[in-house]
Amino acid sequence: MTRKQLFLLLAAIFLTLLPAAAHLSGNPYLLSLASRILIYGLAAASLDLLLGYGAMISLGHAAYVGIGAYAVGILHLHLGAGDLPPALALLADSTASGLAILPLAVLAASLAALVIGALCLRTTGMHFIMITLAFAQMLYYFFISLEAYGGDDGLSLMSRSGLPLVNLDNDTHFYYFCLFCLVLFLYLASRLVHSRFGLILRGAGDNERRARGLGVNTGRYRLALFTIAGGSAGLAGALLANHSEFVSPGLLNWTLSGELMVMVLLGGIGTLFGPVVGAAVYLLLEEGLNMYTEHWMAYMGPLLVLAVLFARNGLFPLLISERRRHG
Amino acid sequence: MLLFCEQLLNGLQLGVTLFLMSAGLTLVFGIMQVINLAHGSFYMIGAYVGATVALHSGSFLLAILSALGASWLAGCLAEALILRHLYRRRHLDQVLATFGVILFCNEMTRIIWGRQPLFMDIPAALAGSVELLPGLPYPIYRLVVLAVGLAVALLLWLIFTRTRIGMQVRAGAVNREMVAALGVNISLLYTLVFGCGAMLAGLAGVMAGPILAVEPGMGESILILTFVVIVIGGIGSVRGAFIGAVLVGLVDTLGRAFLPLLLRLLLSPATADSVAASLASMAIYIFMALVLVIKPKGLFPAHH
Repeated sequence: MTRKQLFLLLAAIFLTLLPAAAHLSGNPYLLSLASRILIYGLAAASLDLLLGYGAMISLGHAAYVGIGAYAVGILHLHLGAGDLPPALALLADSTASGLAILPLAVLAASLAALVIGALCLRTTGMHFIMITLAFAQMLYYFFISLEAYGGDDGLSLMSRSGLPLVNLDNDTHFYYFCLFCLVLFLYLASRLVHSRFGLILRGAGDNERRARGLGVNTGRYRLALFTIAGGSAGLAGALLANHSEFVSPGLLNWTLSGELMVMVLLGGIGTLFGPVVGAAVYLLLEEGLNMYTEHWMAYMGPLLVLAVLFARNGLFPLLISERRRHG
Repeated sequence: MLLFCEQLLNGLQLGVTLFLMSAGLTLVFGIMQVINLAHGSFYMIGAYVGATVALHSGSFLLAILSALGASWLAGCLAEALILRHLYRRRHLDQVLATFGVILFCNEMTRIIWGRQPLFMDIPAALAGSVELLPGLPYPIYRLVVLAVGLAVALLLWLIFTRTRIGMQVRAGAVNREMVAALGVNISLLYTLVFGCGAMLAGLAGVMAGPILAVEPGMGESILILTFVVIVIGGIGSVRGAFIGAVLVGLVDTLGRAFLPLLLRLLLSPATADSVAASLASMAIYIFMALVLVIKPKGLFPAHH
């Protein structure tokens, strides 16, 4: 058993037993924090697909999180008002609404990523960073101006989405559902990055010209990855909307994009599991610093600069004592 | 027609503000190949220092001078402490480190000046308005901002085309290795450009002070507009930054003013207003997307 397998096994045991521990120790609020960590972990890991495997530095990942969240918020609003189009009749069944709502959220985020990605991928390097940021900000202003769905104030959900077998309104069930989504994503994503598809993308990231020389249409592969990452972020957004039962334009703001990037860096770029660790560290650090001072960002900023300057590879490779092959 | 003229001037005025922001930033991007998100923080520092000095001394000139000094100092500090170590690193590291700088600067302004926005008075000499055309009064202060912006643009153009240092900067944007090989002290050039860029951002900040509210996070909204300008104009090109800035200023201002009127011809007033509000806030991004489809490297790319 390698260190990495051991680490993942221990993490799996810890995460499975966490709800029981939280209840026994009388701290059920920990469960809510843990769910939040899992959801941000999912979003950060989806961003890692772009940063670590696709060589695409997207500074607009929050947009897809926000679209996933708004899809849930908007569908729930119409569900409550009872004015859904007949094609979405399945939603009216409150015990199974999530079966349609969650895939629709993922679909909406994927579509947005497909369109925005197609435009952004016309550029590379610094242009790409600025353009992904600009489009995300465009959607942020769009949702602010969307008075029908709360505008600046956002939308409250009346309840969480309904699913068969699990009751998301129960925090323990919700936690396990988030865990299930995260594990499923990590499994599929690690299959993906080790497939031919992933190899081509990493090759193109290392040497674009050579990949093109081999006859690979790198743009198409990048766009596919961008869409997948966007859809996964949409799932995270859908879960986040259910978690806080509230959706606001703040979710699309670029600070969230930056924070997700920080989580990826803290955990380790190009490790998939690392960003989940990074999300845990970032959110726990935020909670911890918040207890001492409301100005926690004044500490977080310099910490971040130091982390960039001195700890290049992130925590995950340290935890599993693996030296990075490149980077 | 009068409304159109007024909005045109407003658009130009936003344009020159954006130009002051983007002129420095596009050179930093172009010459140093560094992406700097903290440029908005220099704008914010300029606005805060200017507003504070204006409040205590009552002199607008002193406010401008101290804002220039403070943003120049902040720029030099950021360059020497952080960015200098990132020139050879990947873009991702640059993004993250400068993101950290933003978090720090925003929080420090909250600690020093509090969460409430600061308001800065228009200096008495520039208060009031002049009648440009019969029936078109326009605030003098905004005209002065416009004039200062244009003057700076002219000055930069002269420096770039007529002086040796301008030639070195232009050459650096095209091929910095070659310029270094020709014996130009490129690291000194870096620091100079960075400090001047920060100073221009500070100037934009202090001049925007009396028009906008001075508050934490004010740097980011303008930063993202600046990015749009640079993407449209092309990285490393001051001429592109100027044309991009004016275009973005005009599209944004005219879109907000006239889209509701246009759409009312087609839709009912209530729908027209809400659709126009959404469209107007997205207009510059749609414009940027159009430019990208036609010219992926911007209108005037420095690298050929």
